[in-house]
Amino acid sequence: MINSGDTAWVLASSALVLFMTPGLAIFYGGMVRAKSALNMMMMSFAAIGVTTIIWVLYGYSLAFGKSHGGLIGGFEYMGLAQTLGAVVGAEAHQIPMLSFAMFQLTFAIITVALLSGAIADRAKYSSWVLFVALWVTLVYIPIAHWAFASQNGTGGWIVDKLGALDFAGGTVVEINSGAAALALALVLGKRDGFKRDSMRPHNMPLVLLGAGMLWFGWFGFNAGSALSAGSLAATAMINTQIASAAASMTWVLFEKFRDGKPTTLGVASGAIAGAVVITPACGFINPLGALILGLIAGVAGSYAVSRKYKFGYDDSLDVVGIHGVSGIIGMIGIGLFATVTVNAAGKDGLFSGGGTALLSRQIIAIIVVALFSFCATWLIAKAISATIGFRALRDDEITGLDTIYHAESAYDITGNSNRY
Amino acid sequence: MKLITAIVKPGKVDDIKKALQIAGVHGMTVSETRGFGRQKGHTEIYRGAEYTVDFIPKVRIEVLVDDADSAEILNLIVDTANSGSIGDGKVWVTPVETVVRVRTGERGNDAL
Repeated sequence: MINSGDTAWVLASSALVLFMTPGLAIFYGGMVRAKSALNMMMMSFAAIGVTTIIWVLYGYSLAFGKSHGGLIGGFEYMGLAQTLGAVVGAEAHQIPMLSFAMFQLTFAIITVALLSGAIADRAKYSSWVLFVALWVTLVYIPIAHWAFASQNGTGGWIVDKLGALDFAGGTVVEINSGAAALALALVLGKRDGFKRDSMRPHNMPLVLLGAGMLWFGWFGFNAGSALSAGSLAATAMINTQIASAAASMTWVLFEKFRDGKPTTLGVASGAIAGAVVITPACGFINPLGALILGLIAGVAGSYAVSRKYKFGYDDSLDVVGIHGVSGIIGMIGIGLFATVTVNAAGKDGLFSGGGTALLSRQIIAIIVVALFSFCATWLIAKAISATIGFRALRDDEITGLDTIYHAESAYDITGNSNRY
Repeated sequence: MKLITAIVKPGKVDDIKKALQIAGVHGMTVSETRGFGRQKGHTEIYRGAEYTVDFIPKVRIEVLVDDADSAEILNLIVDTANSGSIGDGKVWVTPVETVVRVRTGERGNDAL
């Protein structure tokens, strides 16, 4: 029996989460230099297109089909076969399987789109499209199966065997994208002028607009992951708001003391770092726990993004420093703050009298996902580099990728830029 | 005729425009530009990383004047632009062979 309230919320959440990827395109597009802004945005839109095709053909099936050893799903839902009329969810909270497939598709889309921030201004567009297809297939789908495909104890190994908690994708989306972004940035190398030129965002109003769209969509991401319209969704939603708001303030506070001025890029980055830290934890901890995690995430993110200059990797738009770092803090935060009073399906963390059992499971999940994602992404990126090439020509990079790859430029104010 | 070119701090442009209008100058051209003089650039910290900024934002003002007025206008610009601090800019005067008003074809002082 399909629960119409729950179904309505999951349908609405799917639209909210899909809205995040154009939001990410705007967030990232404003952050790069004007000459490659369209290319940056185009990478997110390619993620929407390619991932959706894969999801229909075999992606949903391999991620959420019947588990093979907790590692990968089966082929029964290929082409979304056998999904019409099927339902998922507990008795009294069932929703159509197609609404669940749509909801999960939007997660796959934004996760791969996030990676584009690590290789801004310098990736061959055709190679990126190929990368999206390979990465979703070989990295995202297995990890989504591990952590999201709960099948009464016989599903994905992280959720059903290890018993680590991840409400909305701290491993699948955040740590996964952070580790993969690091691998991509290392394989592609630095932009010409990295560390020498400041390469500041060319349009901060776009960045703030994009951050707002992401913040808005994140309510679908986190509260939608309850897969029901009830008290758990409400807890997840307010926790998301609390952590995002808190982190946006501590990010700029830290910046004010370190650099002298609170920046708009800082407040936008902080809001995202807060949303990231609460992603895995929002359905397992209480609002004060969310506040603490948010306060920590802002400071940690602000510090983390400056480290790339010291280590010398050009993670251009700070995917590692924001998604990787906050994702890890959020997963560890569950081990500390989780309480069954918030979610009976959860566990008690260290501060709720549950001891270190949950914390150690969380850490195992973090390490395995990060290692698998980094290594697999590194191999895929290397393979593309060695065959069709992944890095744009240096001259093209300096000219700007918009006119080179897309025959367009973001700011054609005089109407003349294509005539000369 | 003379062309007076002034490179000044952006914050001084409005004051200079008003002073020139009061002095009877009929037209001018301004453009945003960047550069450095003896002040050189400076370092800035952004997102935890330090950068050298070589070119400082300035505004270039160009005014065409009659030979007889050039000394007065020159002094007016310099006095208005002067804040006494480093980076106030530079003003120079160059001779102009002729000027033509496009619409009427007037030449020389008539075109000013």
